Amino acid sequence: MSRGSQLPLGDRLAAGPRGLTSTLAQLPPLRLLLNALARLPLSGHHAVIGLPYLWLGLFFLVPFVIVLKISFADQLIAQPPYSSLVDLATEGYISLKLNIGNYTFLGSDPLYFNAYLKSVEIAFCSALICLVIGYPMAYAMARSDPAWRGVLLMLVVLPFWTSFLLRVYAWIGLLNNNGIINNVLIGLGLIQEPIVMMRTNFAVYVGIVYSYLPFMILPLYSTLEKMDLTLLEAAEDLGCRPLKAFFTITLPLSMPGVIAGFSLVFIPALGEFVIPDLLGGTETLMIGKVLWDEFFSNRAWPIASAVAIAMLSLVVVIMAVQKMLAKHAEASQ
Amino acid sequence: MSRRVHRSLWVWLGAGLAFLYIPIVSLVIFSFNSSKLVTVWAGFSTRWYGSLFHNDQILDAAGLSVRIGFISAALAVVLGTMVAVALARFGAFGGRALLSALSTAPLVMPEVITGLSLLLLFVAMEQAIGWPAGRSAMTIIIAHTTFSMAYVAVVVQSRLAGMDPSIEEAALDLGARPGKVFFVITLPLISPALVSGFLLAFTLSLDDLVISSFVSGPGATTLPMVIYSKVRLGLSPEINALATLMVAIVGAGVVIAGILMNRAEKARIRDEQMALAGDDLPAANPVSQA
Repeated sequence: MSRGSQLPLGDRLAAGPRGLTSTLAQLPPLRLLLNALARLPLSGHHAVIGLPYLWLGLFFLVPFVIVLKISFADQLIAQPPYSSLVDLATEGYISLKLNIGNYTFLGSDPLYFNAYLKSVEIAFCSALICLVIGYPMAYAMARSDPAWRGVLLMLVVLPFWTSFLLRVYAWIGLLNNNGIINNVLIGLGLIQEPIVMMRTNFAVYVGIVYSYLPFMILPLYSTLEKMDLTLLEAAEDLGCRPLKAFFTITLPLSMPGVIAGFSLVFIPALGEFVIPDLLGGTETLMIGKVLWDEFFSNRAWPIASAVAIAMLSLVVVIMAVQKMLAKHAEASQ
Repeated sequence: MSRRVHRSLWVWLGAGLAFLYIPIVSLVIFSFNSSKLVTVWAGFSTRWYGSLFHNDQILDAAGLSVRIGFISAALAVVLGTMVAVALARFGAFGGRALLSALSTAPLVMPEVITGLSLLLLFVAMEQAIGWPAGRSAMTIIIAHTTFSMAYVAVVVQSRLAGMDPSIEEAALDLGARPGKVFFVITLPLISPALVSGFLLAFTLSLDDLVISSFVSGPGATTLPMVIYSKVRLGLSPEINALATLMVAIVGAGVVIAGILMNRAEKARIRDEQMALAGDDLPAANPVSQA
């Protein structure tokens, strides 16, 4: 598709779906693909499985192979700014050159390691704070009048549907030195000088906890709501105090929700870019922002790829731990 | 089943909800501020809405974002539904585990990685086969479809899992072809999930800054990209006005969709109950008459 095809997008849409497919079918690789597909003895089942497979394979799996490849390439001043790994050497041999320099560079420069650790620390603490704030909220929701639950649930979900970027932007107005919170506190005579909150780690924590709190509440709510309350009644009848009943019955039974909520906050917070960029200062180095800066400011594609691979390995480890814990929680029930 | 809980928990819930809504409310209030200083109240005014509607950069970007959102959400619904049907209805098939993993992985992938990897793919493909030539709205649509189809798959799959398969089985027993069963029986029954999947995909696309920034090219600037470049320069009352409009549209949309879906769900449950009750009435059941 040519560069000029950016504009006629609307026109092609106006031409209707048939117009769009015919334009798509004119593309050489797609036409070849469609012709090949048409010749195969395919049933509906194959198409239903095959199409998403093709899409995800091409646009999700292959890209990671390319990232992995480029993380071993040399930085070049060229377009695109990286070297090719495989060369046809003069004698007809194929030479494969892997440059692990990008990874040793990540290991040697404390900036990257500190950003890595700081991201884990901030994401973990944010998830913990979300759990502490969100658990009582989910508990109250799950034990509320059933008629109210739908409304409460909608109230928790609604912020998620409004722009994430704009909700983070709102905190700039609240946390600034001449922002709403400082103005109110000075107006009330509680403080004389504004408290510096913007461009600190505190602002980043506020932003992450605020943005991801609904992701903690939803899984907690759904496990707490499903809970069999007769267990608590039985415990009470047998003389168990409410607080003890909570810690011996409710909390263990809600562990799957705790694990799900924790990872739903922890994993996206780990790679967060917008929040540390808009609310954080120089002290907040997070790995997502490092990757962004390497790519957009330094045009260091191989380094950015190596950062991505390092980040990805961390996500994979966390996912594995989460799977293990979830299995354990399920087994103990 | 409800159970008495301590009063302090209600206070906590109220405070938590206030925490979720105070930033949004503050955005809305200060969008009507007459001063250019966003955080100091100087009087009521709608001037920022006027200047918003004369800001071509924002309007063009909003138009592009809506178009990208519609196309990518439509594609995501088709592909995501295919994944959901394959995983929920086809039983065991070769590569099922891989499809399941591939379709949920985009949910947990950090955005910077998805963005970077897709851009590197597009660059490599352009070098190898000349397509896509350059980055444009097309590459953003592909990227958005890829991550939002995973959300659609999850939503539709849970709907399929909660659905009684006996109706589909009955139609198959009576000789309907699988394709026909899907379009005549399954599709109408999962349509609420398709609608919420579409809305979810559309919202995610409209909201995405990070992935779009990686895969877009000159000439394809989406709304979040414009907002981001403005916000980086500091607070802007026009952005407050824009945020208020978006909150109003989304809020109204979610509330209306919620009410409609609730009503449709109630009607469906009533129909099912009537159908079941009909079994007890001999006159309504020709089989028991015979």
